[in-house]
Amino acid sequence: MSKKTLVEATINGETIEFLCEPRQSLLEALRDVLELTGSKEGCLTGDCGACTVLVDGRAVCSCLMLGVEAQGKSIVTVEGLATNGVLSVLQNKFLEHAALQCGICTPGFLISAKSLLDRNPKPTEHEVRYALAGNLCRCTGYDKIVKAVLDAAADIRSQGEVKAAPR
Amino acid sequence: MHAIDYEAPTTLAQAVSILKAHGENARPFCGGTDIIVQLRAGVRRTEHLVDVKKIKELQTLFFDAKQGLRLGAAVPCIEISESDVMRRYYPGLTEAAHLIGSLQIQNRASVGGNLCNGSPAADTTPALIALGARARVVGPNGEREVPVEAFVVSPGRTVLKPGELLVELLVPAPAPHSSDAYLRFIPRNEMDIAVVGVGASLTLDGDKVKAARIALGAVAATPILAAKAADAIIGKKLDDAALEAAGHAASDACSPIDDMRGTAEFRLHIAAVLTRRVLSIAAERAKKN
Ligand SMILES: Cc1cc2nc3c(=O)[nH]c(=O)nc-3n(C[C@@H](O)[C@@H](O)[C@H](O)COP(=O)(O)OP(=O)(O)OC[C@H]3O[C@@H](n4cnc5c(N)ncnc54)[C@H](O)[C@@H]3O)c2cc1C
Ligand code: FES
Ligand code: FES
Repeated sequence: MSKKTLVEATINGETIEFLCEPRQSLLEALRDVLELTGSKEGCLTGDCGACTVLVDGRAVCSCLMLGVEAQGKSIVTVEGLATNGVLSVLQNKFLEHAALQCGICTPGFLISAKSLLDRNPKPTEHEVRYALAGNLCRCTGYDKIVKAVLDAAADIRSQGEVKAAPR
Repeated sequence: MHAIDYEAPTTLAQAVSILKAHGENARPFCGGTDIIVQLRAGVRRTEHLVDVKKIKELQTLFFDAKQGLRLGAAVPCIEISESDVMRRYYPGLTEAAHLIGSLQIQNRASVGGNLCNGSPAADTTPALIALGARARVVGPNGEREVPVEAFVVSPGRTVLKPGELLVELLVPAPAPHSSDAYLRFIPRNEMDIAVVGVGASLTLDGDKVKAARIALGAVAATPILAAKAADAIIGKKLDDAALEAAGHAASDACSPIDDMRGTAEFRLHIAAVLTRRVLSIAAERAKKN
């Protein structure tokens, strides 16, 4: 067994240090070392997107990144979406639209959707479908997920307008 | 995955010396989208991964209207599709990079890794060959340049020797009235491996083709340059007869296999169809340049 390496990273806004073996994926480091089990393991080949996390703001499959590569990076997982136990708009919209059934794909979809909305606050349906194309769901048939993301985008925009309005 | 060591050097010299020290037991590591899958499946083995992403030369994307493009081997595909310069001057290479996997994959996968993995079906390789790109390689015995069409020697194997690494891809500046294009056929809309991929670049002189390069992927043991297909249109008007002749010559250059994605016969047919289409697209683009 190769020796463990000390990694320092910002995870969901908090700077932390952890030990991991170079052979461990970021997904294994998150789930087995840091006990952040929100990110899911589906395929381990980059196809399903259940393991999607943000790394320096970009959505990546944590099953195809090494834990040691997280050194100095900022990682956001599904656990980082709620603020003090209050769900984000996106999370609430998934519940409202019943955009999940078994839920195994949901953490990945939420992260991919966040990555889209952070960059493009007014996506078309086509853009939403493209941004979510790396995430597979065997239960919902996708329509509800797409609607939830479009509705979340509209909601976030209108909140932004409310915030921007009083002068 | 079996136990490995990992290092992330910040200079080329360090990377070469680590690779040299470990010889056959070390491999460069970039976005990991091929190598992690292969190590996990046990189809490749290595003791030592040398992460090349922190080396400045490998992260460069620099375009000069005279000298052309220097594309660092580690630049992720997403940076290519988000680059105005790439979309403007190398639309075919850009569309090839944009076809790779999902956004999650494009955020990690590099064009250099796509080439070094040595798959016959790698999407960006025919696009690079069509553009006349050269690979700049550095190793313990200094550096060398290899034309991209000579880089992959058999499925999964390249000209790289132990200790060597791909630094960057050098792509000539497009001549006036030039452009490129890439098309692939897959059985679904997104996210699949090419059944056939065709890249083409051409230069127009009035209504005639002055220069052209056509390259194909997934139709032979390595990506190929179809020189005879280009010869079929050079000096000619790009009319239906010329397109037909190029398509035939492209198909003749292929030596495909039957696999679950398509039969050899189907691949030969599609190679001709895509060649005609990709030339028409490149020509339309070239007229505007
Ligand atoms: C879900 C999924 C979908 C995909 N879809 C497509 C697709 O549609 N089309 C397509 O073409 N590909 C596709 N791929 C494969 C594609 O992602 C890879 O080929 C990628 O481009 C490799 O780059 P990387 O940076 O991830 O390389 P890595 O996986 O890090 O490395 C790949 C290989 O190249 C070597 N290497 C890397 N960098 C260097 C260097 N600088 N010098 C020397 N050797 C080096 C490594 O040792 C390794 O053998 C897909 C992959 C996945 C997981
Ligand atoms: S587990 Fe990572 S993509 Fe499926
Ligand atoms: S809700 Fe079950 S896989 Fe998506």
